[in-house]
Amino acid sequence: MKSTSGILACALVIGAGAVFAADAPPGAAACSGCHATNAAAETPVPKITGRSADETVKLMAEFRSGEKPSTVMGRIAKGFTDDEMKPIAAWLAAQK
Amino acid sequence: MRNSRTRREFLRNSAALASTAMLPMPALAQTAPRVVVVGGGFGGATVARTLKALDPKIHVTLVESSATFTACPFSNAVLGGLRDLKAQQFGYDKVRAAGVNVVIGTAIGVNPTGKTVRLADVTLPYDRLVLSPGIDIRWDGLPGYDEAAAAKMPHAWRAGEQTTLLRNQLTAMEDGGLVVMSVPANPFRCPPGPYERASLIAHYLKTNKPKSKLLVLDAKDQFSKQRLFQNAWKELYPDHLEWVSLSTGGKVTAVDPAANTLTTEFGKHAAKVANVIPPQKAGNIAQLASVTNQTGWCPINPATFESTLVPGIHVVGDATIAAPMPKSGFVANSQGKVCALAITKLLGGSQAAAQPAFINTCYSLVAPNYGISVANVYRTAGNAMTEVKDSGGVSPLDAPADFRATEAVYAEAWFRTITSEVFG
Repeated sequence: MKSTSGILACALVIGAGAVFAADAPPGAAACSGCHATNAAAETPVPKITGRSADETVKLMAEFRSGEKPSTVMGRIAKGFTDDEMKPIAAWLAAQK
Repeated sequence: MRNSRTRREFLRNSAALASTAMLPMPALAQTAPRVVVVGGGFGGATVARTLKALDPKIHVTLVESSATFTACPFSNAVLGGLRDLKAQQFGYDKVRAAGVNVVIGTAIGVNPTGKTVRLADVTLPYDRLVLSPGIDIRWDGLPGYDEAAAAKMPHAWRAGEQTTLLRNQLTAMEDGGLVVMSVPANPFRCPPGPYERASLIAHYLKTNKPKSKLLVLDAKDQFSKQRLFQNAWKELYPDHLEWVSLSTGGKVTAVDPAANTLTTEFGKHAAKVANVIPPQKAGNIAQLASVTNQTGWCPINPATFESTLVPGIHVVGDATIAAPMPKSGFVANSQGKVCALAITKLLGGSQAAAQPAFINTCYSLVAPNYGISVANVYRTAGNAMTEVKDSGGVSPLDAPADFRATEAVYAEAWFRTITSEVFG
């Protein structure tokens, strides 16, 4: 009985897609404050997990330079260099 | 990568355990580390859930005095009549389902030597304690303003009954009545909050009580997103909102709840509705645990959020001294994740990350389709928290209406996203 409820609890944890920060590189865990990892959250803000790391690094560089217009993302992108972005992008790519 | 593998392994192990359900429970259960988190807001609930997600065998107890959390962000929209208070409220069912032991009760003492937290009817042992108590009102901070006065002149700076009280006073007021708001000196919860509130009250007056006006008496000359707010006020509320700065006599030095008056160095203002945002300090349990200094707030190591005053106790959220980070829900969430990660490292006997990074994004509504924001990236430098140079900033001053409308949409999306991460 105990084990069954263990599985249930575990499934719920995964289903909720809540806060997973295991070995997140500096800054990475904060992204989900705006970019939902919980599929149930209704938002026009794009999902950024599971995207190729190269694409994320490139997008952030474009936000940083202003080449790609944004409301808030350009201001945040300026807080990270390409080298700081690479591990974050790789970590995001590995998330569901 | 490692995380999803860990989850897969956990699932597989759970399945294996299910097929051999008669096996005795492993001895591990008795030696699992115990973390107690006091305060179930954006900071505390984030720490509790992140800990559980990082390492399901940590025994995590969340102590919270209210069975329903009422969120402060967006509560100004309730005051403006744009939102129901119920949209601000969240229970802890999903936090429980994530494996956190949620105890509804009030922590009334901490023994840092014996490592226990005392509640009225139970004592909880811990290996690491996290306090996320938010703010308390400094009842001795403004002459005339005590708990009885708050029932007459609401602060509404902790959302809930106080929000409803202020909203009811605004709706009951006759057209033509003067609303007066008093804003404290720094630091306080949600730096742009008073100005978002002023905007949305002015919006309510303009649309429902056009002969009324809001007077904002401020103990400061400068405030968050100031030019954006002031430009918008000039455009939207020229007849309904007047801001009085410190240097023009805005500092409120005393209030009289019986007469509903607010006194400044320059004179006395009689209000029909008075919203007194008083000076604040860290939530009470922080003082009981002796993790506050003479400022009333909690000094912390910015990489681990461990108190610099009492080892083994971490503090996150509004209660901390983490300037230049603002006291915001976004920051509490961002800090909570870093703190949880640091605790798993410390419990495992290894070093926490030397230089974590944090992000803050704060949206404010100036009107229903008019949003503005401030964003920043922070890193630690030794024992200090620093803003990453040339990063962050506020929305452009010259943005067109569709930019403001998009930020208003993002503001609401942010609230749905963060609350679904923390409570959903």
